[in-house]
Amino acid sequence: MTYKISRRRFGQLAIATSALAALYEYNFAKSNIQALAKQSPAWQGGNIPKLTKVNVNFQVNGTKQAVEVDSRMSLLDCLREKLKLTGSKKGCDHGQCGACTVMVNGRRINSCLTFACMHEGDEITTIEGLAKDGNLHPMQEAFIAHDGFQCGYCTPGQIMSAVALLSETCGKQDSDVAECMSGNICRCAAYPNIVAAIQEVRKGKVNASL
Amino acid sequence: MHPFKYGKTVDLKEAINQLGSQPKANLIAGGTTLVDLLRLNVVTANHLIDINQLPIANIEIFEAKSSPEIGARIGALARNTDVAMHKQIIKNYPLISQAILSGASPQLRNMATVGGNVMQRTRCAYFRDTAVPCNKREPGSGCPAIGGLNRSHAILGTSESCIAVHASDMCVALVALDAQVLLSGPQGERKVALVDFYLLPGNHPEKENLLKPGEIIVQVELPHSPFAKHSHYLKVRDRESFSFALVSAACALEIKNGKIVDARIALGGVATKPWRALDAEKLLLGQSPSEGLFAKAGEVSILGAKPQKSNAFKVELTKRTVKRALLAAVGE
Repeated sequence: MTYKISRRRFGQLAIATSALAALYEYNFAKSNIQALAKQSPAWQGGNIPKLTKVNVNFQVNGTKQAVEVDSRMSLLDCLREKLKLTGSKKGCDHGQCGACTVMVNGRRINSCLTFACMHEGDEITTIEGLAKDGNLHPMQEAFIAHDGFQCGYCTPGQIMSAVALLSETCGKQDSDVAECMSGNICRCAAYPNIVAAIQEVRKGKVNASL
Repeated sequence: MHPFKYGKTVDLKEAINQLGSQPKANLIAGGTTLVDLLRLNVVTANHLIDINQLPIANIEIFEAKSSPEIGARIGALARNTDVAMHKQIIKNYPLISQAILSGASPQLRNMATVGGNVMQRTRCAYFRDTAVPCNKREPGSGCPAIGGLNRSHAILGTSESCIAVHASDMCVALVALDAQVLLSGPQGERKVALVDFYLLPGNHPEKENLLKPGEIIVQVELPHSPFAKHSHYLKVRDRESFSFALVSAACALEIKNGKIVDARIALGGVATKPWRALDAEKLLLGQSPSEGLFAKAGEVSILGAKPQKSNAFKVELTKRTVKRALLAAVGE
């Protein structure tokens, strides 16, 4: 005997299942927060706060964005999870690796070490914002030409740092570039090629600016 | 990370009120230390007060004629990069610029503020790990660094409770140059020498400075410096960049007619707070600079050190670092 489910019944089942899953997840998250809260000296006395939502407006790659974020959401998570700009990478999430490097108001920062809610009115540039009219940024071209990566995970951060470096004070030598790029770790150790790519752009073989 | 309320203010008084009226409120500026520690649940807060909009980010330089006492005022919210790259800071206080540029990474220096640098926690790997005891994190729970992995820990200013190092480079240069911090709180303003702002761990390593509830660092003040010609910040570490100091030395000399008339030696990476080696400074006064003299200053700078099992190497390393920094300060 075959067991048949009509198309309509299948749809109803699917909806019911996802509703149950969502409810479970909600309860799990709630109990998780309550369990955390019990451990935390900050919340002893049963004063468990509601999650704090914050509305924030900023520009990302020239586009105005208005998002509602949990106060704890890092700028990196906001870019990746809310705005689906997954170019910026989460490496260490502690400011040690530089994979999350973006520019805020023209300066490179670690987007993992700052909360999204702190960036009202800011202008943010991510790796997705470098190419113009379908043309890669000269630094992107140079990274490709010099094979400045292996696995590529650190590359968006490396390139954002490299572009920022062009408008910073940095000596002429390769060792100066290495120092100025020390906030970006590459575990494939593509460093010589990264330095070569940056030096080529700095020597003005290509016109490079943001 | 535990949930917290987020708010910001453009008014110093309001920030002081909010900070002083809630037991678990925290200021946030650059966030480079705080976000890290919040994420690890090492620090918990129920309210973050964003002070980035407060008007205390200026760097002011004064001429000796018009301002005999104060040579520079650095607002607490000045970014580390802005201080390090400020032309007159480089000219009048090169030690500060060198120290800042030797610390962290360009990204972190772009975010971090001067006040935040002063307020960074004296910390170690055990403090950052909530799975193990730590007297600083949980008073009375014990110190696994004593008798544990302590290669990077302090040899000066330690106690039975805590041997964590104060990791700042900038503050080592600041204490060498007699910086003061201006504090503003519910009871008004007061000025404290930075070197006294920090407390030794003693029996209460959880209390790292003498800030009262609601008090905020508003600015760092520097006297005029006669040391710009002869100063050097030397940092010795496991890798060449983006690493904490194993030992660092901020050395500054004022030399007249071939004799040292004023001397400053401050140490980083070896002590529980930015450390002035006052006896070593005294030894230099009235003397002519020489390698032998600087070697002696190195020896004296580390008197009273209490090394642990794995960091005894810091004693010899400190002596040599001080000697080399002094030699570099006189251009050798």
